[in-house]
Amino acid sequence: MSAPAARRDAVQSAPAPARRKRRLDPTLLFIAPAVVLVLGLFVYPFVYGLILSFQPYGEHEADGALGSYLAFFGDPRERLSIWNTLRLAVPATVIDVGLALPLAYRLRRPVPGQRVITALFVIPLTLGTVLIAEGMLQFFGPAGWVNKTLLAFGLVQQPVQFLHNYLGTLISLLISDFPAVFLLLLGYASSIDPALDRAARVLGASWWQRTWRVTLPMLLPGIAVAAALSFVATFSVFPSAVLVGNPAGETRVIAFAAWQAAYEHFDYSLGSAIAIVMGVIELALVGAALSLRAGGYRRMRTEGAR
Amino acid sequence: MSVAVHRLRATRGGIDRGALFVYAVVGVLVLVVGGILVSVVLDAFATSWFGGWLPDGFTDRWFRAAITDFDLPQILLATAFITLAVAAIGLLVGVPAAYVLARRRFRFKGVVQILLLLPLLLPPITYGIPLATMLYEFRLAGTAAGVIVANLVPALPLVVLLLTPFFEQIDPNLERAARVLGASPLRVFTRVLVPLAAPGVLAAALIVIVRALALFELTFLTSGADSTTLVVALYYAAFAPGIRPSQQIDAMAVVYMVTSLALLLAALRFVNPTNMVVRVRR
Repeated sequence: MSAPAARRDAVQSAPAPARRKRRLDPTLLFIAPAVVLVLGLFVYPFVYGLILSFQPYGEHEADGALGSYLAFFGDPRERLSIWNTLRLAVPATVIDVGLALPLAYRLRRPVPGQRVITALFVIPLTLGTVLIAEGMLQFFGPAGWVNKTLLAFGLVQQPVQFLHNYLGTLISLLISDFPAVFLLLLGYASSIDPALDRAARVLGASWWQRTWRVTLPMLLPGIAVAAALSFVATFSVFPSAVLVGNPAGETRVIAFAAWQAAYEHFDYSLGSAIAIVMGVIELALVGAALSLRAGGYRRMRTEGAR
Repeated sequence: MSVAVHRLRATRGGIDRGALFVYAVVGVLVLVVGGILVSVVLDAFATSWFGGWLPDGFTDRWFRAAITDFDLPQILLATAFITLAVAAIGLLVGVPAAYVLARRRFRFKGVVQILLLLPLLLPPITYGIPLATMLYEFRLAGTAAGVIVANLVPALPLVVLLLTPFFEQIDPNLERAARVLGASPLRVFTRVLVPLAAPGVLAAALIVIVRALALFELTFLTSGADSTTLVVALYYAAFAPGIRPSQQIDAMAVVYMVTSLALLLAALRFVNPTNMVVRVRR
């Protein structure tokens, strides 16, 4: 806390009447609608869904309060959706972060055309997964340009089956999610003071030492957040798993299972249970990444003090 | 001489092995995304496209068919109404909240901040299913109101996240000076704050509109026949291939693409591209 801020705080909290007056600060009412809206439309639905998930419906009703959860984890076909999702989300996250990290690392110092490059990355983000997946139907199709090129160069004898399978969904995830990971990491990378690198260089540190001991530790919190958000985004893959995947088989992902339960079988209890399972896993991951971030800063500070 | 040194340094800092790697990755992305977009546009104007590198002929009949078959005017109207309403309500509720978060310190501020960030960190499909179920219970789902309400959940936190740092960098002394000089709080608001905040609010509005246009899951879960937006209509068209010729689906995709990219171009005039993704900051 800076000195003037501390002083202001002391002045405001000193006399008791002033404090009571401060509690009635009418400006605070400005934030009330936002809080009410998020509580009513985000927190309450989760509570509602949680309660609903413990009120099994139809054939699961006899299994007691946990009926919907038992139906999800007990049914091998439903359980498989977790594995189907992880099989997509883990490789997509690893590839995204693995490719975006060196890119963002290099772009701390601008290259010619930097602004154009960042703007280019925004395009797939803006268009969204549905358009990318829909467009892939033509481009990656059996008579599309990708297969034509591969055939023309003799790299394959038969058109490659890119669509309506695992590969198609993975490709669409990479296209949709990589730009987000890159822009997030670029934000973190460009906020690192270049003077630190210069100081290390003046003090005789080699490129490896500067990378491993200076820049990467400072980037670590950003990497954790980018990886967590990327995993959470790919873990909830839905439209592309349907449009370019095989939602009846190998890309029957967890979000699709939740949607199918609620909207095709009208089992809102099971749908909510699956959504709650997803939400808990995602919240745990995001929470872990954010706390790792705090831990990273702490460690760096104590190391610096030593 | 200084110019020569400067130029030497610029080229040394510019093209190196790292930069070549950057260009290689960007090149692949441009080829893939560009290839997808160009083949969508070509196919939308194709009479037919069998086997060749290019379509067999060009026509605009798929667009004319899309207008009647998909009821495109109705979809465009619903899309414009819903995205604009989401942006308007999001700003109306979010701007005061961002101002308070930037200016005031109060008890449970940390909790409020996390609460206002969470909807951005969780994917829409996760909270969308319980939310849609709740909206069905209240008989809101299936209507434009339900779609707007659902889309507010990520839009409001986005406004707060974008505008809190913006208000933080407006010097509070300007407001204090105006008060000292005798301006009423309302006058401070309209004559000092609004002009200073306008660029940030405009940028936030554009980002919210661009994102609401592309946000599929929440609209998909809550929309009915007359509240279907472009992206959901595109999904339904692509979901049932074989029923319609691919060119007609691609014509729909082109309409969506042009709308979305036009708004993006408008937004990029005011916004740094890195701000288009959520930045977690504390």
